[in-house]
Amino acid sequence: MEIGLNHYLVLSTILFSIGLVGVMRRKNLLMLFFATEILLNSVNIAFAAISHYYGDLTGQMFAFFVIAIAASEVAVGLGLLIVWHKRYNNIDLDYLNTMKG
Amino acid sequence: MELFLYTALFSPLVGSLFAALFSMSAKTKWAGIVPSILLGVSLTSSTILLFFVLGTNSTLHVEMMTWMETGGLYIPFGFVVDQVSVTMMMVVTLVSTVVHVYAIGYMDHDKGFNRFFAWLSAFVFSMMILVMSDNFAGLFIGWEGVGLCSWGLIGFWYQKESATWAANEAFIMNRIADLGMLIGIFLIYWNTGSLQYDIVFPAMATLDTTTLVWIGIFLFIGAMGKSAQFPLHTWLADAMEGPTPVSALIHAATMVTAGVYLVVRSNELYALIPNVGLFIASLGAFVAIFAATMALVNRDIKRVIAYSTLSQLGYMFAAAGLGAYWVALFHLMAHAFFKALLFLGAGNVMHAMDSELDPFKMGGLGKGMKWTMIMMTLASVALAGIFPLAGFFSKDLILEAAFVDHHLIIYGVLLLTAGLTAFYSFRIIALIFHGKDRHTALGFHPHEAYKFMLIAMSPLLLLAIISGFLFKGGFFEMVTTLLPATEYHIHDHLTYWIMTIGTQVFVIASIFYAYKKYMSPDIKVPDGTSAMEQSFKYKLLINQYYIPHFYAEYLVKPYRELSTIFWEKIDMKVVDATVDGIANAFYTTAEQTRGMQSGNLSTMLKWMVAGLIGLLSLAVVFGLAARHSDSIVIMLSGLGV
Repeated sequence: MEIGLNHYLVLSTILFSIGLVGVMRRKNLLMLFFATEILLNSVNIAFAAISHYYGDLTGQMFAFFVIAIAASEVAVGLGLLIVWHKRYNNIDLDYLNTMKG
Repeated sequence: MELFLYTALFSPLVGSLFAALFSMSAKTKWAGIVPSILLGVSLTSSTILLFFVLGTNSTLHVEMMTWMETGGLYIPFGFVVDQVSVTMMMVVTLVSTVVHVYAIGYMDHDKGFNRFFAWLSAFVFSMMILVMSDNFAGLFIGWEGVGLCSWGLIGFWYQKESATWAANEAFIMNRIADLGMLIGIFLIYWNTGSLQYDIVFPAMATLDTTTLVWIGIFLFIGAMGKSAQFPLHTWLADAMEGPTPVSALIHAATMVTAGVYLVVRSNELYALIPNVGLFIASLGAFVAIFAATMALVNRDIKRVIAYSTLSQLGYMFAAAGLGAYWVALFHLMAHAFFKALLFLGAGNVMHAMDSELDPFKMGGLGKGMKWTMIMMTLASVALAGIFPLAGFFSKDLILEAAFVDHHLIIYGVLLLTAGLTAFYSFRIIALIFHGKDRHTALGFHPHEAYKFMLIAMSPLLLLAIISGFLFKGGFFEMVTTLLPATEYHIHDHLTYWIMTIGTQVFVIASIFYAYKKYMSPDIKVPDGTSAMEQSFKYKLLINQYYIPHFYAEYLVKPYRELSTIFWEKIDMKVVDATVDGIANAFYTTAEQTRGMQSGNLSTMLKWMVAGLIGLLSLAVVFGLAARHSDSIVIMLSGLGV
């Protein structure tokens, strides 16, 4: 059986769903970052697959952009996380509620 | 001349505003003196205008400014000084000037001195608008203005429950009647397209009779309220709760005659519908005798005079209804003078007796209050219509008009009323000023009023004496340039003399009977035990034919019950419930959804995902709908949508 576009898209959807559930369920801030990474990379798979399907490089270019932005986001996020951990000694989301309205 | 017109009109307003500046502060003499002087200015201007109208035999018509102009509707603030309005202006300004000066003395010890003059001058301003306006809209403004000031002045002593009640009664009854008048004004505009007198009245000749009858009836309903005609008469006697100068000015001389003025002003309308005129005349004659009978037994001097006013208003309407408009206006003028004088005299008596109003508790006051006695006696003579005082000329003319027009029932009723008038007027005169001294035993120490009050009253005394024979000819000449010039002459000389002398003898006999009956030393303060007081007739009259009782029982009470039902069932359960329900829905929603704003990042992310899914599914639904719109339309049309 040849692996076609649909397979990639199904994989992408499955990964996206896993990421989404992770975003919703995880209480550990570090795990939340992982879930976000899964989300972003599931989209990257879809970009690359569709780009290949149409023979147009724009999608793959976009995937690179996403990877770059994701890396910088993680860098900033982890920095903040470390500061938070130093100050409060935990990274549980339920304690992160100073924005309560 | 326009300058004088504006001066006459606006100086009372200036006086009112001046007094109103001090209405919250302690009594200052100036709050009374300045409005009085300004009214003197207004009186002078009115006199100059009177001589202008008399001298040039022309009228003055000015348009101050546009009030409303939309589409076909054009209502200006326009004022007219013609023979009729100048008469009213003279009466109003003269009596108000006298009353203002008098009130400086009368209200001397009252806390609300400044407020009183603010209201009183505001009333004069409204009354001037009423009589000077050249259109029905302006007349209506003045009409409501005098109603408002009347409310404020009847309820002037608002600490008293009875005063506020009387004020509200007067106000509400007038509102009922004013609705009628408003409908009349709408009908006029609907049918003629204007409210200006000089356009409306010529246009009326072309309208059909049914419309005219309706207009006439609705306008007259307004007049009935303001002039306290049956069945809207009860407020006038209760209005005596106000200070006595108010009763003299508003409830005797000016405001209550506004209804007569309206009918006289609309004479061209009522000339076209003689049946309505006859109704007005019959109602007037009925009110004349109806009120006079109630005055016979009342034990409150101000109420007696109030009923007498009601009765005289009946005379005026009888004359106006029979088409004798100039006679009605003449009686209005004469009546204003002697009735205001009578009220001010009663004010002196009240002052002397510490606001005691029961004449049975007085007696023999004539010794200490000679001038008041003379003035009130002469005013009563004028009211009774004895030659040569004012009442003789005006009242006799009404009787003659009724006789010449062959309305013998109206004539008979009015003649009988003349006798009753003489009787009740001199009943109180005899009880107050003559007979045995009954007040000293009750602890009263009467004293004459201030000299300047008596001097202020003297112009009215003079006019009550001379205005009849001096002005009758000139008045006729003047107003009949505007009003129908019907002269009422009984052609047979013998009949004329028999009637005139007969009336005089009848009236004088009534006066003597009153004196004889109430000057006797046997008069005591009635305690409700005498046979007369037990009789049905007396009870009927003292209870005002049970009409106020009837109103309270069969109109006010059911209305109150109905209001309670509406309040409990409709207002609380429907209107309030709806409003509260809407508010509650907001509260509940907020209570339920505030969990969303917990500040917890995890919860927020969950909501974000939920929103994402919701928007995605909407996008899918709309996308599908757009793709299959043709088949959806077919399906819907199949369902009959």
